Amino acid sequence: MPVRSPSPSSFRPKAGIDQSVLENNRELLADIGRRNILRGSLSLGALAMLTGCDVTNDSAVQSVLRRVSSFNDRFQEFMFRPNHLAPTYSEAEVVKPPRFNAYYDANDVAPVDGTTWKLELAGRITDKTPWNVQRFMQLPEQEWIIRHICVEGWDYIGQWSGVNLRTFLEMVGADLKAKYVAFKCADDYSGSIDMATALHAQTILATKYARQPITDPYGFPLRLRTATKLGFKNPKWITAIEVTNTYPGGYWEDRGFNWFAGI
Amino acid sequence: MHWINALAMVLMIGSGWKIYNDEVLFGWLHFPDWITIGGEAQGALQWHFFAMWVLMLNGLAYLAYGFATGRFRTKFLPIRVAEFVVDVRDALALRLSHADITRYNAVQKLLYTGIILVIVVQVLSGWAIWKPVQLSELVSLFGGFQGGRLVHFLGMAAIVGFLVIHVALALIVPRTIGAMITGGPKVDPPAEPEAEAPVIANSTITH
Repeated sequence: MPVRSPSPSSFRPKAGIDQSVLENNRELLADIGRRNILRGSLSLGALAMLTGCDVTNDSAVQSVLRRVSSFNDRFQEFMFRPNHLAPTYSEAEVVKPPRFNAYYDANDVAPVDGTTWKLELAGRITDKTPWNVQRFMQLPEQEWIIRHICVEGWDYIGQWSGVNLRTFLEMVGADLKAKYVAFKCADDYSGSIDMATALHAQTILATKYARQPITDPYGFPLRLRTATKLGFKNPKWITAIEVTNTYPGGYWEDRGFNWFAGI
Repeated sequence: MHWINALAMVLMIGSGWKIYNDEVLFGWLHFPDWITIGGEAQGALQWHFFAMWVLMLNGLAYLAYGFATGRFRTKFLPIRVAEFVVDVRDALALRLSHADITRYNAVQKLLYTGIILVIVVQVLSGWAIWKPVQLSELVSLFGGFQGGRLVHFLGMAAIVGFLVIHVALALIVPRTIGAMITGGPKVDPPAEPEAEAPVIANSTITH
């Protein structure tokens, strides 16, 4: 029974799961019946009840808070206005350079080499041909002067241009009915957004800031800019995009920040 | 209702201080971590966006109850300037009468009405800075995102200020505490008609 990844994706191990583990433990595997698993899970449940602890090592309070945060995801999805545009501003109000933000210091930015950079596509996309810088820069551009709002409370007005994400997704034959668009970055950051936001008019794959190529600290050569989400939902130094129905999470989301994070 | 509100408000204030600390409005003001709620920023945000539902749902129920039963009208109105001046003078001279704690004096009427309005504005400014794009019309009423943050901060300051006075005064007149916990003061059977019957054990008598 070969176990393989459903599609060549940079989000999954390329070689699939190592089969030798199965071979070495064939006897043990045969021993695991449905009955045993059921019995095991029952005693695990009993243990959890006896100790009054959650086996995931989370207190009941944290689990309530997380559930409310998921409810808030759905609530924000419900109140999202797909055709409502975020306020835009004049060029005179643009802050140059933009404000730096990452999970590390500006001095620790590892610049991406544009000559070797590739954008890989994965998941529910028909044409998964990777993109290089030259080809990507030829895509039609649009520009938005929008406010960047950080979850911490600061904000600035920025001037971003690049291909509209909906245009790009349509071009590569993405399944626009899928739930999520996920991003992987050169700095091991990752993030994901809902499809409704991905298809919003003011969501772009930005390559320029103030009409100049984005510089290293701000995501060269490619970053996401969406006008309807908090700053941390705009991954920089993007190297892979996946369209999927499986919840992808993200760097900060996995650390307790609200996933939808709409503004 | 009063105690649900009190609990939600404490959670909102404590977690709000932690959220504020990440990007302060005033360089001289950081809230020490030990008085904040939530630990890390994400924990504080989770608490804030949990307690907001408790605060809002409870507040809506309270407002509906207050308007529907006429409680706001009989308890809070009228607020007369002359009475207010007299009551402030008496209060400062420690001569204020507390013979009938079912009736609010003019200072109480003004403060309680005021704090309800402040909380309503606080909820609105909270929505504005949570959803400055979806509710862009609302945030512009507060002068933009940072304006909304400032209003939200000042609202917090007003609520905390109210809380300090409110708790201090309740402690000075200990009789009111019992009434607050049990749901209302003991009222003799031939009490005046607008006084609440003691059998209705609600916790909304908010002296």
